[in-house]
Amino acid sequence: MAEAQNAPTLGSARVGGTPPAGSTTAGSIAVAAESTVATRMSAPPSYDVADFPVPHGREEEWRFTPLERLRGLHDGTAVATGDGVKVVVEAPEGVTVETVGRDDARLRKGGTPVDRVAAQAYASFERASVVTVAKEAVLTEPVRIGVHGEGGTAYGHQLVELGAFAEAVVVIDHTGDAVLAANIDFVLGDGAKLTVVSVQDWDEKAVHVGQHNALVGRDASFKSVVVTFGGDLVRLHPRVAYAGPGGEAELFGLYFTDKGQHQEHRLLVDHNTPHCKSNVAYKGALQGDGAHAVWIGDVLIQAAAEGTDTYEMNRNLVLTDGARVDSVPNLEIETGEIVGAGHASATGRFEDEQLFYLQSRGIPEEEARRLVVRGFFAELVQQIGLPDVEARLLDKIEDELKASV
Amino acid sequence: MATLEIRDLHVSVEADNATKEILKGVDLTVKQGETHAIMGPNGSGKSTLAYSIAGHPKYTITSGTVTLDGEDILEMSVDERARAGLFLAMQYPIEIPGVSVSNFLRTSATAVRGEAPKLRTWVKEVKEAMAGLQMDPAFAERNVNEGFSGGEKKRHEILQLELLKPKVAILDETDSGLDVDALRVVSEGVNRVRESGEVGTLLITHYTRILRYIKPDFVHVFANGRIAESGGAELADKLENEGYEAYVKAVA
Repeated sequence: MAEAQNAPTLGSARVGGTPPAGSTTAGSIAVAAESTVATRMSAPPSYDVADFPVPHGREEEWRFTPLERLRGLHDGTAVATGDGVKVVVEAPEGVTVETVGRDDARLRKGGTPVDRVAAQAYASFERASVVTVAKEAVLTEPVRIGVHGEGGTAYGHQLVELGAFAEAVVVIDHTGDAVLAANIDFVLGDGAKLTVVSVQDWDEKAVHVGQHNALVGRDASFKSVVVTFGGDLVRLHPRVAYAGPGGEAELFGLYFTDKGQHQEHRLLVDHNTPHCKSNVAYKGALQGDGAHAVWIGDVLIQAAAEGTDTYEMNRNLVLTDGARVDSVPNLEIETGEIVGAGHASATGRFEDEQLFYLQSRGIPEEEARRLVVRGFFAELVQQIGLPDVEARLLDKIEDELKASV
Repeated sequence: MATLEIRDLHVSVEADNATKEILKGVDLTVKQGETHAIMGPNGSGKSTLAYSIAGHPKYTITSGTVTLDGEDILEMSVDERARAGLFLAMQYPIEIPGVSVSNFLRTSATAVRGEAPKLRTWVKEVKEAMAGLQMDPAFAERNVNEGFSGGEKKRHEILQLELLKPKVAILDETDSGLDVDALRVVSEGVNRVRESGEVGTLLITHYTRILRYIKPDFVHVFANGRIAESGGAELADKLENEGYEAYVKAVA
C-alpha cells in the first residue's frame, strides 16, 4: 500500500512506501508558490475552441488520456450525427424544464471551458437543457435526467439552476452507446442545497468527455456523486467555485474500471472565497488487463479564501494484474489563515495473501473478493445519503464482480 | 473420531529459480482430543508443514498424503479444507482493509457451518468469546488485522478458533511476540476449545514457554524437514534444558 497522507497543516506532502506495480501515486502541497493548478492547464479558460491547440498528449492535462480513443473529440474531426444522444428530463412539480438555443445567456453562468474538448462541446451544441428550481422550492422527488446514447456522436450542454434556498436532488443517468462531449453547469443560489448523482453506465464502446461546473452560492451546499462503471473512455472534469462565503461542497466518486477501460476524473475545487468548505472522496476498483483509472485532485486555496476547510482523498483497489492507477492529489495554499487542508491518496492491491487468509476461514474465492470490494466501497456509499442510489450502487458493484475476469 | 493423517509428506518451494525441498518425509497422526506440540529450530520446516496442510499456493506437495477422516485434503481448495474442519492460526495474520471483524467473522462462520448463524445467538456467542479473550467489544468494528498490535492479532486468531470449532487446529507460533499476560489469555482460549474434546491440536512453537499453559500429549522435535524425535511432555523439558543443538548437529 502506497500512502501519501497529510495532516491538516501546512507542509510538504510525504509519499511513503512502494506503490504496487502498475500504479503511481503522487501528491504535493505547494505553499504560496507559483500556481501549479493554473499552470496545469496549457491555455487559459475560454469559450473559443481556437484558443486551445489540438493536444498532442504531452500536455499536463492530457498526458494520461489515450487521445486516439477520443474518436476525434479533441481535434475537431468528430462530427455530430443528429440523433446521437437522447436527453429526457422527468421533473416533479415546481421545476421548470426548457430546451434553449445557444444564445441563452444563462448558459455561461456556471464556468468557462478549460480544455479543448470542453470548448469544442460548448462551441458545437445546438440545444441545451435547462432545469430551474424556483427560489425556496423544496423538492420531495428527484429530477431525473436520462442521457441515452443511440450510437451517434453528439455535443451537449445542460444547466441546473436552483434559486435561493431551493433544495433538490438531480439524478443524471448516462446509458447506451455514444461519442459525447457535454458540459453540465450547476448554479446554486444563496442557501440552496443541491445533490447531483451522475451515473456513467455506458455500453462498452462509449466515449464520454465533459466538464461539470458548480458555482456554489453564499451558504449553499453542493453534493456531487459521480459514479463511473461503463464506457471505453470516460473523462470527467468536475469543478467547484464559490460565489459567496459559507458555501460547502462534497464531491464523492466511485468507479469500477474493467479490462481495457480508461476512466479519468479530474477535479478542481477553487477556494476563491472565505469560509467555505470542501470534502472530496473518490474510490475506485480496477480489474483486468489495461484497466486504467486516473484521478487528479486539485485544490486551490486563494489568498482571499481565509477560513477554508478542505480535505481530499482518493483510494484505489487493484484486484488483478495488468491494471494501472494514476492518482495525483495537489493542494495549493496561498493563505495560512485556514481551518484545515489535507489530502490522502492510496493505492492497494488485493493480494494473494489476503485471498489465502479469507479462504483459510472457509470463505470461497468469489465471496472473498466480493467481501473485500464491498467493504472497500461501503464507507463511501453510506455517505451518499440517498437509499435508492446506495442500493443501486451496491447491486451494480455485485454485477461488476460477477462479470469479473 | 476425526483424525488427521500425514504420510511421507514431501514439500518444496520455488526460490531464485530453483526448487528447494523443505519437508522431507513427514509422518504424523493427530486424533480428535489430542494435543501435539511440534518444536524445532528456525528454518526446520515447522511453518511449511502448517501452510502446506492449509493449502498455501506457495508450497508444492511433491509426494505423500494428507487425509482428514480418510478424505484426501490435498485435492481440496483452501476454503474446502477449512470447511472440512481444518483451521490454521497464523503467525502473521493478514490485514484485510475495508472488511470489519464482525462482518468477517460472520461470513466465515456462515461458510464453515453451512448456514448463517441466527443473529441473536450469534451476537451473544461473539460477545462471550471476545470477553473470554479480554477483547474490547469495539474491536468488532475495526478492519481485520488493520493496525492490530501483535497481541491483538493473536487474540483475533484464537477468537476465530473458538467460533469456527474446527476438527483439527494448527497453531503456528501463536506464542511468538506475546507478553506473559497475553500468552496466558490466548492459552486459556486454546484450552477452552481443547476442553470440548472435539479438536485435535497441532501446536507449532519454537519455545517451551507456551507448554506451561497448554499441556501437550505428545511432543515432536522437528529438524531438517522431518520429525527427528517423538515423545511425551517430558521431551519438552529435555529441550528446555538442552536446546536443539543435538538435532541440528545430527543433521550437519
